[in-house]
Amino acid sequence: MGEAAKTVIFEIERRNSTDENSYWEKFELPYKMNMNVISALMEIRRNPVNMDGKKTTPVTWDMNCLEEVCGACSMVINGKARQSCTALVDQLEQPIRLQPMKTFPVVRDLIIDRSRMFDSLKKVKAWVPIDGTHDLGEGPRMPERKRQWAYELSKCMTCGVCLEACPNVNDKSDFIGAAPLSQVRLMNAHPTGAMNRDARLNAIMGEGGLASCGNSQNCVESCPKGIPLTTSIAALNRDTTVQMFRNFFGSDRMVD
Amino acid sequence: MDNNREFLMRRLHSLLGIIPIGLFLTQHLIVNHFATQGEEAFNTASHFMANLPFVIFLEIFVIYLPLMYHAFYGLYIAFTAKNNPGHYSYMRNMLFIAQRYTGVFLVVFIAWHVFETRFQVAIGNAAEADFNMMENILSNPWMLAFYIIGVLSATFHLSNGLWSFLVTWGITQSAAAQKYATYFTLLVFIVLSVIGIRALFAFV
Repeated sequence: MGEAAKTVIFEIERRNSTDENSYWEKFELPYKMNMNVISALMEIRRNPVNMDGKKTTPVTWDMNCLEEVCGACSMVINGKARQSCTALVDQLEQPIRLQPMKTFPVVRDLIIDRSRMFDSLKKVKAWVPIDGTHDLGEGPRMPERKRQWAYELSKCMTCGVCLEACPNVNDKSDFIGAAPLSQVRLMNAHPTGAMNRDARLNAIMGEGGLASCGNSQNCVESCPKGIPLTTSIAALNRDTTVQMFRNFFGSDRMVD
Repeated sequence: MDNNREFLMRRLHSLLGIIPIGLFLTQHLIVNHFATQGEEAFNTASHFMANLPFVIFLEIFVIYLPLMYHAFYGLYIAFTAKNNPGHYSYMRNMLFIAQRYTGVFLVVFIAWHVFETRFQVAIGNAAEADFNMMENILSNPWMLAFYIIGVLSATFHLSNGLWSFLVTWGITQSAAAQKYATYFTLLVFIVLSVIGIRALFAFV
């Protein structure tokens, strides 16, 4: 080869376990056409030698679908939270800095524990209850145009990027973040799900719910699926405004 | 999550920021604007405001209590945020941060402003909050600068707060509605700032 082989430099914020302090480690690896952050991490795993030439432990990370629909491989790349599977090295400034999304508990290296998001989905009852002791038959039909609209909201993959980007989701606050809120709008839009509308609205009117949003709108700017999260939040604001008055002035606990 | 105290407190915070505090600020800046018509015009207006019937109750229920609630709960809100302007320097995020900084500054500014004017009248150090009083205060260039920053912080905080109010109560939902609300509140900011700054310079 006439010229020096092209390389890619990675700086990775690592830690061995949740309670340990983090440290930075640099890696230099040969450039390959069309490589992404995950293929680079795989290369480091294959040959775990850092830039000082010392053998080290392989960097751990989370991944699953490799096509930006599962949300598992989210991390902070050059300061911004996103999925590492769609982070193409050609489009990133070097050195490429990888950090875990520290809004969540860090398990090891780049692996985080997103359990709080799934707990939030349970808290806000983000499902359509259909269980019964007998066949309830078909539910009401959903108009096709509404289904297409709702499909956009259903693209949420609980990746956690909106929580990482949000200034109000932090260790001083118990705000659940945009993702579970938008799911409430999705479930409430479903004709069968709407039968439990008030239960979900009252859930997000609780501690750490809708009211903790401060409208920084980083969520909608950061969402990899382009979900209109701030519109969802504003729409829920209107719904909870009505629900608030209904709770107080309403004649009884009737649904709708 | 069945306890909705936080929800009600946040909504009250949002409401009080506009009604009555936002209305009061607008009224206050407009009355100040009489200063541009001369000392006598300002003193007449100021005298009229200071001698409204039941003025102490108007002050307590329209100004002091709502303002104190908005200030102290606002401090709590400001200090529970973890600002991240660096990598997420989107316009709304910058305004979000500015809203918190101006809010904290306004607590200091308004406390000082009330101490220097209304409180001095209350303890009998001054007969009335008149043109001379403001002229004396603003003759100090540092104080003038402090008041200019104070007025601009207040008009910004109100305008941007009006934008958030529209979202918080679910009035502006779509991105388009929120964008036009941004233009509208920008206009509110400019108009109120011009009124407020013109009044300040009338005392210099």
